[in-house]
Amino acid sequence: MALAQAPLLEIDQLEVEFRTETGPIVPVRGVSLRVDAGRTTALVGESGSGKSVTSLAIMGLLPRPFGRVLAGSIRFSRRNGEVVDLATVPPRGMRAFRGSEIAMIFQEPMTSLNPVLTIGEQIAEQVRLHLRLGREAAKSRAVDMLGLVEIPDARRRADEYPHQMSGGMRQRVMIALAMSCSPRLLIADEPTTALDVTIQAEILALIDRLRRENDMGVLFITHNLGVVAEIADVVTVMYAGEVVETAGVRDLFHHPRHPYTRALISCLPEHALRGEDGRRVVQAIPGSVAGSLDAPGCKFAPRCVHAVDACQAAHPQLDAVEPTHFVRCDRWRAL
Amino acid sequence: MFAAIVRKFAGMLVVMYIVATMVFFLTRLAPGDPASLMLGDQASLTDIEELRRTYGLDQPVIVQYILWLKEVVRGNLGQSIFLQRSVLQAIAERAEPTFFLALFSILIAAAIGIPAGIISAVWRGQRIDQVVSAGAMLAASIPSFWLGLLFIQFFSVRMGWFPVAGYGPPGGSFAERLYHLMLPASVLGIVNSALITRFTRGSMLDVLSEDYVRTARAKGLSEARIVLRHGLGNALVPIITVVGLTAALLVGGAIVTETVFGLPGIGNLVVSAVLRRDYPVIQGALIVIAGIYVLINLSIDVLYTFVDPRVKY
Ligand SMILES: Nc1ncnc2c1ncn2[C@@H]1O[C@H](COP(=O)(O)OP(=O)(O)OP(=O)(O)O)[C@@H](O)[C@H]1O
Ligand SMILES: [Mg+2]
Repeated sequence: MALAQAPLLEIDQLEVEFRTETGPIVPVRGVSLRVDAGRTTALVGESGSGKSVTSLAIMGLLPRPFGRVLAGSIRFSRRNGEVVDLATVPPRGMRAFRGSEIAMIFQEPMTSLNPVLTIGEQIAEQVRLHLRLGREAAKSRAVDMLGLVEIPDARRRADEYPHQMSGGMRQRVMIALAMSCSPRLLIADEPTTALDVTIQAEILALIDRLRRENDMGVLFITHNLGVVAEIADVVTVMYAGEVVETAGVRDLFHHPRHPYTRALISCLPEHALRGEDGRRVVQAIPGSVAGSLDAPGCKFAPRCVHAVDACQAAHPQLDAVEPTHFVRCDRWRAL
Repeated sequence: MFAAIVRKFAGMLVVMYIVATMVFFLTRLAPGDPASLMLGDQASLTDIEELRRTYGLDQPVIVQYILWLKEVVRGNLGQSIFLQRSVLQAIAERAEPTFFLALFSILIAAAIGIPAGIISAVWRGQRIDQVVSAGAMLAASIPSFWLGLLFIQFFSVRMGWFPVAGYGPPGGSFAERLYHLMLPASVLGIVNSALITRFTRGSMLDVLSEDYVRTARAKGLSEARIVLRHGLGNALVPIITVVGLTAALLVGGAIVTETVFGLPGIGNLVVSAVLRRDYPVIQGALIVIAGIYVLINLSIDVLYTFVDPRVKY
């Protein structure tokens, strides 16, 4: 790795606003992250921390008309080498990226496929659009893709409808769909949460294999740190709409800096036994994402065991621990 | 699937039997007697008795009922008291205007209602949605006879584009007859489009917030394709249901429109039969209308299996 390549995806200080009936909310404020080609970045955080909103912002799929990117950039390097800021691409222009350069798998395999179209048609539709193949060629590509994701008897199954398949099979179909136009970036939003554990492992292995074989970047969204340890190269931790820590996966697990990350890791059964400093911390993080997120200080402070008065006063910035390790905590040196 | 359709059909036969029975007794509950109506005020009691005997009206009602039912089961709806022909023949002669009126009306209602509902769902909450919803509200609250009179006044009397009423001169061409149906069909179509609009809007709104529509967006498809193929494709079952039910209601509603526009259809036949207590015609026509109802319902069920692969019998 002599030359530092331009990252495949680089999000910088992203802010997303939703105008709701009760006034505007900012579910994502200050998200920066990076995904490299052929690598997996895991985006972790508890429910409601803004992971899905971040991924929808990348796809340009924020609910219209009330969701929009307020600030920040989403730089994506295209197949042709051009780097574009997706935050500034108009809605129509985003269609050229979706499904072709950036593909997405969703959390809910049971409901993410159209019940009245065969799965073959659903894949072929995207292939025809982006690869400009004819009907027959698209159909046979769809069958190939189903084979690629290890669906047995792909030719026959292509003519089946989603309701004829199990959840695990449907998630494979979603992956086949996502992979069908050889995207450079795959966003997987909790793709295994709805599946049982053995199927989960198979799906993870499948995504990992496809990443390797296609030199594809993966943004893997999850709240399961066990999964992160298995597949991620880089981990970005979110809390209440902000990135609180980013590091390489080993670095993060062995030297977590942010109290929230530490608390998360200590919740893992394997890590609870011997924490970083030999102490056993908490089994579940007490409290929940604070209600008054507009308070000036650190958002995690109300739940943080290390918080001091100063934490409530000033909002911490992302600070570099090492060139590849960032933390949003003013006290990280002291901890 | 075939067995299930047969089962459904059997169930509907039971419904038809109940309808027929109710119609039989209700018509007889109403005061008035065909024999005295036919013979007029001057007729002697013996003449009336004579005529009543001819049509079996002197028998106890329950006996009349059993005799009538026996014939109906054999497909014989009996003889009209006033029209000198069988009930079936009388209905067949009047079927054409009613059939085409209902057909054109439902086509117009669907052609207005489905696109309007889609548009208002896609642009929900915006100006166009408000305009469509207000229009639907208006259409739903206008009585069809009033809109009919308004249309006649404007399009026929003032503009002279359409005939005022009737079904053309006897022996007129088919095209000419259909031309006479355009105005009444538009009236019925507009009035009935309201329900279809609201239903389409509602089911499209449901469907457009489904996860698979988000998937379709994530595929980079055009908005038109997302809305029509992935949205409408899934909203079709409820839409077909409401269009079918509207069609069934239209057959019943034809009575009013045919009267306003002076069309010699089944509605007209029933109205004059009621006025003259022509029991066999009333009973026969209502059985036929109930039969059409049943047929429409069965066709809806069959259509479901085409638009939704999950529907299995
Ligand atoms: N359509 C929406 N309208 C209003 N608020 C929304 C909408 N979608 C998300 N939010 C809000 O944005 C915040 C972040 O939600 P998001 O879905 O990104 O969380 P997440 O990290 O993906 O959580 P999970 O792990 O449960 O999927 C939440 O507080 C949520 O209430
Ligand atoms: Mg989510």
